[in-house]
Formats: sequence, C-alpha cells, structure tokens
Amino acid sequence: MNFQHTEDRRMLADSLNRYLSENNSIERRHQSAEGTFGYSTSLYAGLAELGAIGALFPEEAGGFGGSGFDVSLVFECLGRNLAVEPMLGALVVGQALIAAGTDAQRAQLEGIVSGGTVAALAHDEPGSHYELSHVAMTAAQTATGWVLNGTKAVVPLGDSADLLLVSARTSGAAPDADGISLFLVPGTAAGLSKRGNGRIDGGRTAELTLASVAVGADALLGTEGQGLAVLERISGYALLALASESLGVMDVAKDQTLEYLRTRKQFGVPIGSFQALQHRMADLLLEVEQARSAVINAAAAVDDTDRLAREKALSAAKYSVGRIGTLVAEESIQMHGGIGMTWELPLSHYAKRLVMIDHQFGDEDHHLARFIALSQATAEV
Amino acid sequence: MDLQFTPQELAFRDEVRAFLKDKLPERIAHKVKAGQRLTKADQEEWHAILNARGWLANHWPKAHGGPGWGVVEKFIFDTECALAGGPRIVPFGVNMLGPVLIKYGNEQQKAYWLPRILSGEDWWCQGYSEPGAGSDLASVKTTAVREGDHYIVNGQKTWTTQGQHANMIFCLVRTDREAKAQSGISFLLVDMNSPGVELRPIRTLDGDREVNEVFFTDVKVPAENLVGEENKGWTYAKFLLTYERTGIAGVGFCVAALAKLKVIAARVLKNGQPLDRDPLFAARMARVEIDLENMKTTNLRVIAAVAGGGVPGAESSMLKIRGTEIRQEILSLIRRAMGPYAIPFVEEAQYEGYAEPPLGEPEAATAAANYFNYRKLSIFGGSNEIQKNIISKMILGL
Repeated sequence: MNFQHTEDRRMLADSLNRYLSENNSIERRHQSAEGTFGYSTSLYAGLAELGAIGALFPEEAGGFGGSGFDVSLVFECLGRNLAVEPMLGALVVGQALIAAGTDAQRAQLEGIVSGGTVAALAHDEPGSHYELSHVAMTAAQTATGWVLNGTKAVVPLGDSADLLLVSARTSGAAPDADGISLFLVPGTAAGLSKRGNGRIDGGRTAELTLASVAVGADALLGTEGQGLAVLERISGYALLALASESLGVMDVAKDQTLEYLRTRKQFGVPIGSFQALQHRMADLLLEVEQARSAVINAAAAVDDTDRLAREKALSAAKYSVGRIGTLVAEESIQMHGGIGMTWELPLSHYAKRLVMIDHQFGDEDHHLARFIALSQATAEV
Repeated sequence: MDLQFTPQELAFRDEVRAFLKDKLPERIAHKVKAGQRLTKADQEEWHAILNARGWLANHWPKAHGGPGWGVVEKFIFDTECALAGGPRIVPFGVNMLGPVLIKYGNEQQKAYWLPRILSGEDWWCQGYSEPGAGSDLASVKTTAVREGDHYIVNGQKTWTTQGQHANMIFCLVRTDREAKAQSGISFLLVDMNSPGVELRPIRTLDGDREVNEVFFTDVKVPAENLVGEENKGWTYAKFLLTYERTGIAGVGFCVAALAKLKVIAARVLKNGQPLDRDPLFAARMARVEIDLENMKTTNLRVIAAVAGGGVPGAESSMLKIRGTEIRQEILSLIRRAMGPYAIPFVEEAQYEGYAEPPLGEPEAATAAANYFNYRKLSIFGGSNEIQKNIISKMILGL
C-alpha cells in the first residue's frame, strides 16, 4: 500500500497550486468568470504551458499522463483555486478522440493539449435530467455527411468553444441505448445558434440550438449508433474530474471555516471553543476524508476493464461528493454566519461551486440510483 | 382534542380569501410565486392595500389601528396570504418597532410614529447587529453620548436588510460604557438622512443587494428619539425579538413552497418519467411533507396555548428552527429538480419584466439564487444555534 502520489505528480501539483495562487486570486477569478469568455484565455494558456492539460492524456496522445491519479490531481488543484478554465471540456473531448477517433480526428488533440482549441461536450438536453441515453437530437445522413437538428442544454462555455462534441440520434428514439452517434462540430458551424449565460457559480454556459447544421462524413466520431459506450467512458472521466475538483473545493471551504472558528469571537471567546461547533467541524472533517477516499477509489478504478466495478466506483464518488459537498457548503456558510452569505468572502463562491458540481454529470440521487442498478447487474452476472 | 378551526374562524378564513382574491394584485402575486425580487414600490403598494382594510398592523391593539385579532386569526391571515402569493409584510416598522413603541414609548412618540408606520410615510430598518455583535448582540459598540438635548452617535451597524429603502432606523446603542454588557444599552430612533449616516450595500452570494452596512459618524439625534429609559434598551430589544413569534414558523410559506415543488416535480421529466415518480426524489419530497405536516400541528399547539392565555417563550425557538429547516429543504429540492438548468444565472430574470423564454423550466431562473439566498433563514433572527441554546436553557434546564 502506498497512498503517496509519485514525485512527478507532487511536483506538478506544487507548480499548479503555485501558478494558480499567484495568477488566479479571487479578484482575478471573478474578472475571468464574469468576463466575455467566462474564463481567462491567458490563465488557460499558462495552465497548458505548465502541462496541466498534457497530464490528462497518455503519451501516445501527445500528453504525459492520463492515469486516473493524474486526472484527479490536476482537478483537485483546479478546485482548490476555484479555476473556471475549460479543463473539463478538454478532458472529455480529448478522451473521446482517444477512445474513438480516426487518425485524422485525433490530430485535433494537439490543439486541445496546447490549449489553442477550447472543446466542449454538448450532450445534456432539455428533459434528459442527467440520463446519458436520453438523446433526442437527430442526425440524418446525406450524400456528403450529416445534418443535425435539436437543442443542447447548459453546454459549458458553449458560446465560445471552438470544438463541440455533439451527441445525436442516428436511429431509434430517446432513451434507447442504441442509435446514439457522436459528431465533431466546429463552434462556427452554420445553423448553430447560441444563447450564452453566466453561471451562478461563475463562468459561462450556453444553450445551443442546431438548425440543420451540416457536417461532413468525417465529423462522425466512432461507430454510428454506438456512441453511448464512448459517452459512458468520457462521462466516467468527468465524474472523476468533478469529484476531484469538489474535494479540492471542500478542503479549502473546511480550512476557511476552521480558521474562522479559531478567530471569530462572540461572548468573549473564539466560537470554536463551543462544543456544539467543535462537533460539527469534526463531522465535516470525517465527511471530507470519506470524500477523499471516494476520489481515490474512483481514480484507481477509472481504467478498470471490468465495467461494472469501474462504473460503480465512479458513481460512488460522484454520489459522495454530491452529498458531502452540499453538506460542506451549507455548514460552512452556517458556521460563518452572516459573513458567509456575502459575495466579498471567497468562501461563498467555494460553497456555490460545491453545490453546483452536483448539477453536472448527474446529481447525488442520479448516482445513487445508478449505483443500485449497477450492483443489481453485478449480482446477476 | 379538536384540530379543526371553529365556524367563526372558518368564516374569517373565507373573508381573508375573498379579500386576497379581490385585492392582491396579480402582478405582485406572480412575482412572489416566481421567486422574483420585489421593489420598494411593490411592497408599499401591498402595505397600502392592507392598511386601507385595517389589516396591516394585524397584531397591534385596536386603539392604535390594529384589527384586534388573536393569534388564530393572525395565523390564518398569514397562511392564506402566503398561499395566495402575498408578499411578506416588511417587518421592521409594523412587526418590530410598532409593538416596542406601543409597550415602551411615551404618548408623544406613539402619536407621532405609529400613524407614520401605517401610512408608509416612514420606512424603517433595523440597527441591531454589528461586525462584532451578531449572535452576541449584547456586545454592541455603537455609542450614543448625550450632549444637551441631543445624542451624538458613532459606530457601525451591519446586515441592515432593506436599509436602502429606509428613511429611519431603530438602533441599539451603548449609552454607558462602564456598565455590564446588557445594561448600558439604549434604544434610539435615528433619521437615516441625518448628516454623518452612510449606507453601503453588501452584495450577497446570489448577487443581490438587499442588506447593508450603516456607518454613523458624529450623528446628531434628538434626545426625544430615545425610547423608554436610557440604559434599559436591552429589555426592549429582547421584547422585540420575542414578540409575536407564533408566525415565525412560516407555515404559509412552507405550504406554498411545497405546493410549488409538487407542481414542478409532476412536470419535470427524468428520462421520460415525471420526477415525482423517481423513487429517490419522491422520498425526499415525502420526508419534507411529513416534517411540514408535523410542524403545522406543533405550530397550532403553540398558537392554541397562546390563545388560551399562555406566553410563547422558548417554543418559538422550536418553530424557528424547524420552520427554517423545512423552507430551506423545499428550496433545495426545487433547485435539485432543475437538473443542469439550475446552473445558468440571468440577473435580469430575478426581476419583473424579463421577457426572454425560460432556459429549461420557468422556475430554473430563480431556483439556485433563491436556494443560496435563503441560507440566511437559519442565520438571521437569532441563528438556529442560538435558538438551540435557548431551548437548552429555557426548556431543558441544562
């Protein structure tokens, strides 16, 4: 047993944390989040230069990492520093190219790893409520390629992404498992309209409407009708990444709350001297450590070839950080009192991020139900 | 045991319902139901409507312009208002200062200030909390020094809700710095337009700006604005905090919010099925509904005790804790029901007149912002931790 990261990973974490703490102060972070793009292009370039994106992919794909622990470590750093840069899009679209891309398609990895190409997954739809197979958008084959029609919900940075990975139905109907195909669509495609919005937790998102968006035959990623397996694979990476990010966020929220309990005085003493608050802080510590273990389990499992075991660990992690992240957010605000409700205090933004992570790639209930279904499937094998 | 209202009480309920149907502006009810932010004009309009009927200061005695209701009538009124989408009565003048003046103010103060509260001529806010005095309210440091026929006030108040709308603020100030914490505090009425008063908005985590800091620098306040006796303000402050707390459970708001949640859960689809068929979500809804049903009866038990001549004491702490927990849980479930659509935030959609089609469900525009904003429920009005201290001491005797 060894729960230490390798020397290389520790060095990467150190340099990422140093770079982000120097260049992503809470004021800079707000500027990025509320700016035109919803992130900082220069910070993203800096992250790419430091190898944060390369660490998400194996050598044969132009990276230098790609294991579950590499992904986890990078996203934990992003969480600690509340970064809003488009790393999750890079991870999931990049992994889709690795899993299913032709050589020509995989050439797009270079732009992703260098940070020059901003990628986003356009998968959720109105009414899908996290169900991976609920795809109603259609793709019809033409003489030269495909024509896509439909709406995609809440696409991260969907209004500025260069490259969109779009799920669409080439046969069947939602929620059939078969008949889902994946397409690489440029952000500038004709017929693509974007309704961009800010996010409650900072950054930007967009609802995309595709009205007869025509793409070439080479836009199809992977086998026609068999996209769900790829979606599950890349969602697995997203679950690991989000769980790791959440862990980084909750570590900071917990530390800030602990510091507040030590310094804030009421009734002439630090409020941390009250046993009622001590026990609640102890509970937070227990829960955060459970979340850390859940993330380690998921990082170890993400490459497991046993699908049921792998997916159970991933859903377990997302369920855990969904439940624990919300608890940490609510308790941190409550123990801060009124000041915890203010925009000025960084803690409130950490709390918002914790809660909203539960709204990405399936919430606590979704992954609890999925864990149950996977367990039942395991029992039947 | 009889859990039913009397025929007279039921008749009263029908009267309230008819009034609301007739007089509550649809535009305002729509905003309340949509969880949008109300303007000062909205609140003034509603107050004026209630005042015209004599129902604004609904727990003041008749002599001062109240309707002479008991706790049951007031409970029925509050509940029906919330169910109909009526805005909360802004409490600072009507529910907080009014009763203090009626009990402790002199005749001149009552004759001058009370009618101005009813007419809306004065808009009050509360100067209690300070940066160093939150849960520990008795440690207020804002000072008032008597100089001739004036007090000179210096210090800072914070968390002043709707201070930006107010022209008057009632303050706890320290008039005797030598005295022990609770003594040496006085209750002073300050004109917000006096030289030396500065208001700075505090932006809350949902982007709203309804709370403020208020700074006092050598502010001259006429000595006649002292309520009651100098250095006895803590008594009045406590009276204000515990006065008429049978409404604190917010049963009406909980019931209205639960009804909204059920409508949403029947409409939002998860993989082709309404969310209320999802076993996990249905269980969450059922739990909060059961909690609410139980609390409704707990609340009625307290009301019945008060109607029978009892004094609501530490029981109101129970109602505050459970009531705020239930409201927060319902708002949390509304947020959860939005799925990914809880994430986008459109500032303009928090206000009336936003005409763009909704992103996802209509409730999605305000679901997350309201969830975050209402984390305040368990913090303000005496945090839930302070309420538990009260229960430990007053009920359990620990």
